[in-house]
Amino acid sequence: MNRIHQKLQEGKKILSLYFTAGYPTLNDTVKIIQDLEKNGVDMIEIGLPFSDPLADGPTIQASSTQALKNGMTTSLLFQQLKDIRKSVSIPLILMGYFNPVLQYGVEEFCKKCQEIGIDGLILPDLPLDVYQENYEAIFKKYGLVNIFLITPQTSDDRIRQIDAASDGFIYMVSSASVTGSQDGFGNNQEAYFERISDMRLKNPQIVGFGISNSETFQQATKHAKGAIIGSAFIKFLTQKGVDKVGEFVKGIQK
Amino acid sequence: MNYNVDEKGYYGEFGGAFIPEMLYPNVENLRQQYLKIMAEPSFKKEFDQLLKDYVGRPSPLYFAKRLSEKYNTKVYLKREDLNHTGAHKVNNTIGQILMAKRLGKTRIIAETGAGQHGVATATVCALMGMECIVYMGEIDIARQAPNVARMKMLGAKVRPALSGSRTLKDATNEAIRDWINNPVDTHYIIGSAIGPHPYPDMVTRFQSVISEEIKWQLKEKEGRENPDYVVACIGGGSNAAGTFYHFLHEKEVGIIAVEAAGLGVDSGESAATSVLGKMGIIHGCKTLLMQTADGQITEPYSISAGLDYPGVGPMHAHLYKTGRAEFIAVTDDEAMQAGMVLSKLEGIIPAIESSHAFAILETRKFRPEEIVVFNLSGRGDKDLDTYIKYFKL
Repeated sequence: MNRIHQKLQEGKKILSLYFTAGYPTLNDTVKIIQDLEKNGVDMIEIGLPFSDPLADGPTIQASSTQALKNGMTTSLLFQQLKDIRKSVSIPLILMGYFNPVLQYGVEEFCKKCQEIGIDGLILPDLPLDVYQENYEAIFKKYGLVNIFLITPQTSDDRIRQIDAASDGFIYMVSSASVTGSQDGFGNNQEAYFERISDMRLKNPQIVGFGISNSETFQQATKHAKGAIIGSAFIKFLTQKGVDKVGEFVKGIQK
Repeated sequence: MNYNVDEKGYYGEFGGAFIPEMLYPNVENLRQQYLKIMAEPSFKKEFDQLLKDYVGRPSPLYFAKRLSEKYNTKVYLKREDLNHTGAHKVNNTIGQILMAKRLGKTRIIAETGAGQHGVATATVCALMGMECIVYMGEIDIARQAPNVARMKMLGAKVRPALSGSRTLKDATNEAIRDWINNPVDTHYIIGSAIGPHPYPDMVTRFQSVISEEIKWQLKEKEGRENPDYVVACIGGGSNAAGTFYHFLHEKEVGIIAVEAAGLGVDSGESAATSVLGKMGIIHGCKTLLMQTADGQITEPYSISAGLDYPGVGPMHAHLYKTGRAEFIAVTDDEAMQAGMVLSKLEGIIPAIESSHAFAILETRKFRPEEIVVFNLSGRGDKDLDTYIKYFKL
């Protein structure tokens, strides 16, 4: 059982934050992680920046471009995180696109994650069938939980398939959109949240995309186990810098 | 050796569908439907009719006498430049708009580099009365103004891609994002033999009319269906895929793909993917692509906007890897000179993309009796500005 499983067993709603490693400046990564934990965040997605993030909206794209300009690389991120488990105990997930992982070497990447104490991976463009055929055994060998996405367009059959292949939580994309492209949830999302909740999946769901404040966090977690905030946090970092992380987290938890 | 796609969507080790779950329902639906739809008699009839009456097919296979004399071999030109809209791109957009209609889609998106695919898409959308949005890099919008105007006249909205290098790769990212945001009513008409399966195969099949015609046209002119060589320029690789398709399994036919070397393969300003690329994932498929050691996709360069792509279609990656095709890289200068030679000797001003293919005649020797068919993928009207600047005309 890794830290993700333990966290999911706690009786509370999970607040998870995403940020892009190496943004706003190259060496902010560790400080942001530490400050998020100190301020009561339950889980963190650390974004591995990619040149062509095709599921991301302008905010995360811009942070990725800047992080790469700052000099962020996969090796450097591992370097920055090597002692992270001395100071941080909440689950840490690496989120990124598959190509940088493929170039690093999938097994080498997973091994490094285990050494550091990374608990899971979210690689949106690594499809279910390819994962199962080629990489599941490797992920498991190194104790990594692989997180799959579902969307309002995902068929019930496919959701069942993804649920069966998952061992952690399901990343429930709130609407048909790239990251950061909407605020607030309407009736469609409500209905979708309920539909998934009624499916009684074995894995809990954590909602992502479109959560930006306390209100949307409450809405998203009415049925789901938790929610992930990305673009709104990156915007905050851009505007207020890395020293006010607590202020952002308090704003969600109020 | 099989050079076609297998049932899982791979060409050897290349291909597949590396897409986020948001795209899965659309791509999967397309995968299940495309071959069935293409095999329907009513689809075939409509497709063939439009290619004939609207596009102007068959495009001529022209024996280039003076070019043949100069290079001492038998040069034929497949005149895709004479198609409506001025390039091969329209073969695919006709096919895909008919596909989109049968899939019940009402809104069309596309990416474009030089603007040829954007124009071809805007054209078929006007023809079918469908909404059309074309994504184009901000830099390409500036350097391809006439094509932007054409798209607007045809009723399309041209949206600038403002991220990254602001060229074709980024326009493709934006189109994919649009599709994620509009999964129900929208079909994405990819213009090249790239993208997640089934796109490379579907685009190749629509473009394969080029090699299908070459076969019977050559039979009429030379008494044999198979030339000694077929040659095409290659960016993403749609005109090359169409030119090679019916010859892939004809062993006696040599296949030559001509890439853009830009300022030179080792200059740092190049788009020669077979030389500079490594296996990776771009726009939903596993293929050869130009990238850093860290897996970040790098910016290609070519004087020709249509070849300025950091990857190559998965079918071509397989042809390269297996040695079935010979890959040759041609610099900006060589291509521009070849464009001038063709203009002067044959009275045909080619697109700079196509000029790359002809440039190999200077260095790659063919025997006098050999028949070499070049795909003249597009006309040079759109490139006049570049020719003017380069030759100070």
